[in-house]
Amino acid sequence: METKAGKKVFNGVAIGKIHFYKKTENVIVRTKIEDAEAELARYMEAKEKAEQQLGALYDKAVAEVGEANAEIFNVQAMMLDDDDYKDSIENIIRAQHVNAEYAIATTGDNFAEMFAGMDDEYFKARAVDIKDITNRILTILCGNDGSSEIGDEPVIIVADDLAPSETVQMDKSKLLAFVTRLGSANSHTAILARTMGIPALVGVQISEEWDGKNGIVDGYEGKFIVDPEMPVLEEYFKKKLQDEEQKKLLQMLKGKENVTKSGKKINLYANIGNPSDLVSVLDNDAGGIGLFRSEFLYLEADNYPTEEEQFQAYKKVVETMGSKKVIIRTLDIGADKQVDYFDLDKEDNPALGYRAIRICLTRPEIFKTQLRALFRASAFGNLAIMYPMIISVDEVLKIKEISAKVKNELLAEGIQIGDVEEGIMIETPAAVFESENLAKEVDFFSIGTNDLTQYTLAIDRQNAKLDPFYDAHHPAVLKEIQMVIDNAHKAGIWAGICGELGADTFLTNIFIKMGIDELSVSPGCILPVRKAIRDAE
Amino acid sequence: MKSFEYTITDPVGLHARPAGLLVKEAKKYTDTILIHKGEKSAEAKKLMALMALCILKNETITVTVEGENEEATAGELEAFFKANL
Repeated sequence: METKAGKKVFNGVAIGKIHFYKKTENVIVRTKIEDAEAELARYMEAKEKAEQQLGALYDKAVAEVGEANAEIFNVQAMMLDDDDYKDSIENIIRAQHVNAEYAIATTGDNFAEMFAGMDDEYFKARAVDIKDITNRILTILCGNDGSSEIGDEPVIIVADDLAPSETVQMDKSKLLAFVTRLGSANSHTAILARTMGIPALVGVQISEEWDGKNGIVDGYEGKFIVDPEMPVLEEYFKKKLQDEEQKKLLQMLKGKENVTKSGKKINLYANIGNPSDLVSVLDNDAGGIGLFRSEFLYLEADNYPTEEEQFQAYKKVVETMGSKKVIIRTLDIGADKQVDYFDLDKEDNPALGYRAIRICLTRPEIFKTQLRALFRASAFGNLAIMYPMIISVDEVLKIKEISAKVKNELLAEGIQIGDVEEGIMIETPAAVFESENLAKEVDFFSIGTNDLTQYTLAIDRQNAKLDPFYDAHHPAVLKEIQMVIDNAHKAGIWAGICGELGADTFLTNIFIKMGIDELSVSPGCILPVRKAIRDAE
Repeated sequence: MKSFEYTITDPVGLHARPAGLLVKEAKKYTDTILIHKGEKSAEAKKLMALMALCILKNETITVTVEGENEEATAGELEAFFKANL
C-alpha cells in the first residue's frame, strides 16, 4: 500500500482500478521542404479540421457541463485563429522552409512559455490551452486519431496533466476520478471535474507502474492510496456510502433557499480556516463565510506575515466569493494555538490567558498590520471583520479607535476601501451580560458556542474525565443565546452562531424560534442544516 | 485618435472568455483599436496578445481608437466594456 498527498479539487471518494493515461505523443522532426506554399496549405487544412473538432467538442460540452464551461472550446478555436499565432507559423514555414509540424510545435512552445511566465495563476494556467490547441493540429497532421481508449471498466484516470478537451472527450460513464501530477485547482479541467461531480486531485507524485492496480481517491483529505490493504478498503467503502448520501442531499438542496415553512429566511454560512477550504464552501453551496479564522496566516509562517501577504490572501478569498459575505476574524492566537515567533510566555491557564484581542490591544502594531490588510482587501468584495474574546464595552471602544485610525490612514493614502461591517464574537459570559451595551457599538454579534459553553459551565473540553458533566444543550447556554439575540435585535443589529452548536440540527428549530439571523457551520454541515431549516416551522 | 479609460469589474479580470468576447466585438470595426495597460499595449483584435497583458480586476486600462469612424467606434466600445467587462 502506498499513500500520496495531493491538492483537493473536488470532494468525494472513488474506489477502482487505475488507468494510466498517456497523451498521444507527436514526435516532431524538423525537415527542410521545397514548396512552402504546399506546406502552408497542409497547415490550413489541419487548422480547419481542428476548428471542426473544437466545434463538436463545444456541442458535447454544452450538453454535459453547460454553456459556461463549454465556452473554453470557443476560446480555443479563437486562439487557433489568433493573428499572431497564425503569423508566427506562416513565417517559420516561409522563412526557414521547414515542415508545418515543426513550425506549429515551435510556435506553440513559444506562446505557451509566454503564458507560463505570467504572475497571475489564472493566466499562467492558459499555457495549457495553447499546448492543447497546438497538440490538436499536430495530431491531425501526424495522422493520429487523438483518442485514448480507456476500456470497458470504470477507472480512476491517472495522468501527468489533462487538457479540458481530453477531459470532455472521455466517456463519463467510465470515469471514477482524476489524479494528475500537474494542474492547479483553478484549471479548466479542475472546474470541469467539479461540474461533473467527479472526485479529483492535482499535484500528486504519480507513477506509471500503478497502471492496473487498485486505487482510492479521497477528495476530502487530499489523499491517493494505491493498492489499499483490506481494512483501509473497508473503511473507504463506508466513507463512499456516506459520501453518496451527502451528494444525494446536495442534489436535492443545492440552490434552494434557507427558509422555514413559515417563510423566515436564515443566512447559512460556512466556517473555514484556510483558503484551500473555499472549494468545499462553494461545493456545499454556502451563502457566504461566517467565520474565516485568520490564524492560518500566522501558524504557517516563521515570522509575522506582512501586510502585503495578508492582503493577497484576504483579497483572494473575497474575490472568489464575489458578492457573498466573508466575515474574517482577527487573529486568535494563544490558548491552544501557539506560534513561536510571538514569544508568548508559558501559562498555567491558557484558555483564560493572554490570547486573541488581548494580544492585539497590547501589541497594536500586529493588530494594525492585519486591519490595514483587511480594509485594503475590502475593496474587492463583501468583507466584514469580527473581533474575538471580547469582555467589555471599553475594549470595543479601543478597537474602534484603532480601526478608525487605520481607515483614515488608508483613505489619506488614496487607497480604496469597501463598506465593512464590524462585529464581535460573543464567547464569554461577560459579553453575554454586557450584550445590551455592546450591541450599540457594533454591527453584528456572532456567538462562539465552543468557548462560551466552556466558560459558562467551567468545564475544560480537553479533559475527558469531565465528559459526564458536560451538557452541550445546557439551559444556561441556551438562555445566554436567547439574551444575546434579544439584545442584538433591540439595537437593530443581527446575531448569528458560529460555534459547533450552530450545526446541531436538534437545535435548529429552537434557534429559529429564538430569532437567530445567521448560522455559520463547517462546509460539510451546510446541507444537513439547510434541510433542518426547511423542515422547521 | 479617440480614447477612454475603463476599470475592469469582472472578478477574474480579462480572462479567456471575456477577452474572446472583446476580440469578436473589436473585429466588427475597421479602426485600429489598442488596449493599453501601463506601458504595454495590445491590439484588441488579437486574443493572445490581449491575454498576455494579464489584465486583472480593478485594473484601469486605456482604450485608443484610430481610424475613419473612431468617434462612433469609441462610443460603442465604451458601452460594450460597461455591459460586458
